[in-house]
Amino acid sequence: MMRFVKSGLGAALAAGVLAFGAGEAFAQQKEVVFGFQCDRTGPTALVGTVLCPGYRDYIDLINSKGGVEGYKIRVVEVDNEYKVPPAMEAHERFKKEGAVLDAVYGTPQIAALNKKLEEDKMLGTSPGFGSAAAADGKRYPYTFPIAASYWSQAGAAVEFVKEKLGSLKGKKIAFIFYDNPAGKEPLPILEELAKSEGFELRTFAVPAPGVEMGAQVLDITSRYKPDFVIAHLFGRSPSVSIKEFKGKGYPLSKIVSFVWGSAEADIIAAGGMAVAEGYNTMQFAGVGTDFPVLKDIQAMYKAQGKQPPKEMESSVYYNRGVMTAAVQVEAVRNAIKAKGGAMPTGEDVKKGMESIKGVTLGGLLPPLELTPTDHEGGGWVQIWTVKGGKLVRTKDWFQGFRSVIQKHIAADASKS
Amino acid sequence: MFHREAGVFKTTYASDMALYPLPIAKWTMVGLAVLFAIVLPMTLEEYYLSILNLIFIAVVGALGLNILVGYTGQISLGHGAFMSVGAYTAANLAVRLGLPFWLTLPAGGLMAAFIGALVGIPSLRIKGLYLAIATLAGQLIIEWTINHVPAISGGAQASIEVPRPDLFGLVLNTQFRLYFFLLFFAALAIIATLNLIRSRIGRAFIAVRDQDIAAEIIGINIYRYKLLAFAISSFYAGVCGVLYTYYFGIANYEAFQLIVSIDYLAMIIIGGLGSVLGSIFGAIFVTLLPIVLRILLENVGLLIFSESELANVISGTRLAVFGGLIIFFLIVEPEGLNRLWRNIRSYFRVWPFSY
Repeated sequence: MMRFVKSGLGAALAAGVLAFGAGEAFAQQKEVVFGFQCDRTGPTALVGTVLCPGYRDYIDLINSKGGVEGYKIRVVEVDNEYKVPPAMEAHERFKKEGAVLDAVYGTPQIAALNKKLEEDKMLGTSPGFGSAAAADGKRYPYTFPIAASYWSQAGAAVEFVKEKLGSLKGKKIAFIFYDNPAGKEPLPILEELAKSEGFELRTFAVPAPGVEMGAQVLDITSRYKPDFVIAHLFGRSPSVSIKEFKGKGYPLSKIVSFVWGSAEADIIAAGGMAVAEGYNTMQFAGVGTDFPVLKDIQAMYKAQGKQPPKEMESSVYYNRGVMTAAVQVEAVRNAIKAKGGAMPTGEDVKKGMESIKGVTLGGLLPPLELTPTDHEGGGWVQIWTVKGGKLVRTKDWFQGFRSVIQKHIAADASKS
Repeated sequence: MFHREAGVFKTTYASDMALYPLPIAKWTMVGLAVLFAIVLPMTLEEYYLSILNLIFIAVVGALGLNILVGYTGQISLGHGAFMSVGAYTAANLAVRLGLPFWLTLPAGGLMAAFIGALVGIPSLRIKGLYLAIATLAGQLIIEWTINHVPAISGGAQASIEVPRPDLFGLVLNTQFRLYFFLLFFAALAIIATLNLIRSRIGRAFIAVRDQDIAAEIIGINIYRYKLLAFAISSFYAGVCGVLYTYYFGIANYEAFQLIVSIDYLAMIIIGGLGSVLGSIFGAIFVTLLPIVLRILLENVGLLIFSESELANVISGTRLAVFGGLIIFFLIVEPEGLNRLWRNIRSYFRVWPFSY
């Protein structure tokens, strides 16, 4: 009742100041605060509405088991709507609430926060977002991509194609990409590999919003006739590309998609799993619900007398949310252990993050190894292929052309 | 009730033309200046300062757009792109030539003014919705150009990191320091706009807005003034973009896409077209409302929902309430928050009498 009165008062004043006080009065004694940005309503809501519950459920699971090293985790979530100014507001809010880390959501958002994170000594994670150069821990000490960057994905895609085709010498590969900075990012890697591996590369740009690509796909399938297609599309465009390639009679088994064209939702929007038989997807977290940690989450819901969330079925994004949360929890666990149980600071958590190794959650996470220099953790991916109505793992965790990627990261660092 | 005009006599032309002819208005301004320059930064936490910082930047952009849309009657859907022009100009100058902000900031503004005037050329022939589409094309062309010309964008990522601005050796790297930096430019923009609209140029803008044929007949060169309006308005937008660049430490065109142009149009329509105060109200409303709504919902919502369910509810509800409130305010007062404020003021001016 008291809380209601306080909140009502806050509403009446519409000041928010009082409301903050009400929230803090219920804070627990021993807790660490995680700042979590999400997009549940903006242009990437398709991802956010599934990924964010995954993140929250994992944190709830940890809390239901007594927290991390005796500390409860309190999540402060801000929906940044994929806009940049709210991301800055969110970061300041997290700082005010005493957060030890900032789970950033979105590529322009992490770009805008890089500097602030460093100044505030609070680490930010950006799995699947942001520039590949951010893997360089020396250059961006507080930015942690923690998942394969677009450069690593490009290397892995070529590796996968090489395995499929035997040799790449004299082969033709088409790269169809969304025409924005993130879409263009893999180009230097692909161009270099085309030279060193001896394949012919032709690129096809799809302009925003990426729902019209009939011309590009026709160009690929009828004129260029490549041996393999690497697709790097976002939002609605992956499903359109599946439909178009299927419609033009190109075998989907000769397509490999980067991580944002890889969700069940994309395939279902293209007409269902049956239509997309053979479509290869790249993943930086495990797919499906067959992991012990997901079973634990289901058990947690059952114990509360509730059904497990329906988002869980959309396992590609849900599991990525779980992965982000899991890596962050491990970092905080390392930090608390290193301090002998004392409350960690942002700097401690950064060190904790940089000592993560061998946390796999039964295969949901790649064999990540984060170090002070490598904030990407190795750039591991898996390939999952649509087979018989579901995604089946066809290639376990692997890295593609790691030395080339590292060379580019070093070259990029020396440029600035 | 305090706002009495009776007994205020002017004896010189200068005092009659003063920005604030009434003593009460003058003292209010002094009070506000003290509040924003001294009281708020000394008392507020960094978090609240960071919100004010975002509002200050938005005020500059909203004022610029209002000069064009509200005062001159020309619509623009390209202001997001004009901001990015300013942002990239300043970032390139700051990084490649190492220029300080007091040179890059006007340079960014001037470049945006130039590009804005170019995009504004169709306004000489077309009006209304047609002009909206022409400026929309401008927005998309500028976005495409930045995306595809590495000389401007600095590489595939299309983002250029800029160093923090420094003033006499003081690096502006905290919200507290940036507060004064941004407050200065927001105040400058407000004062400049107030003076612009009561000048010869401002009156010409208003004449063009009210009836451009009539304006031409009384001797206003509407070609010149329409382009000038685009240039001045884009100058503000460019400066706004430069401020964003220095505030975030990076120029990135993805932060200035079409949605930003629309956000700023929303600000001035909600605040009140053709008014300086309206631009400020609009910038505050659009920036602050989502934050206030979230904080309220976070506390009230916990009574009904569990914490992780609440996150979804907040996002959806906030969007719906935000949209609903915009419609509500526009129905209550189509001329915006500024008119609402004036209605309140004129009510109390004669209070307790009705006339």
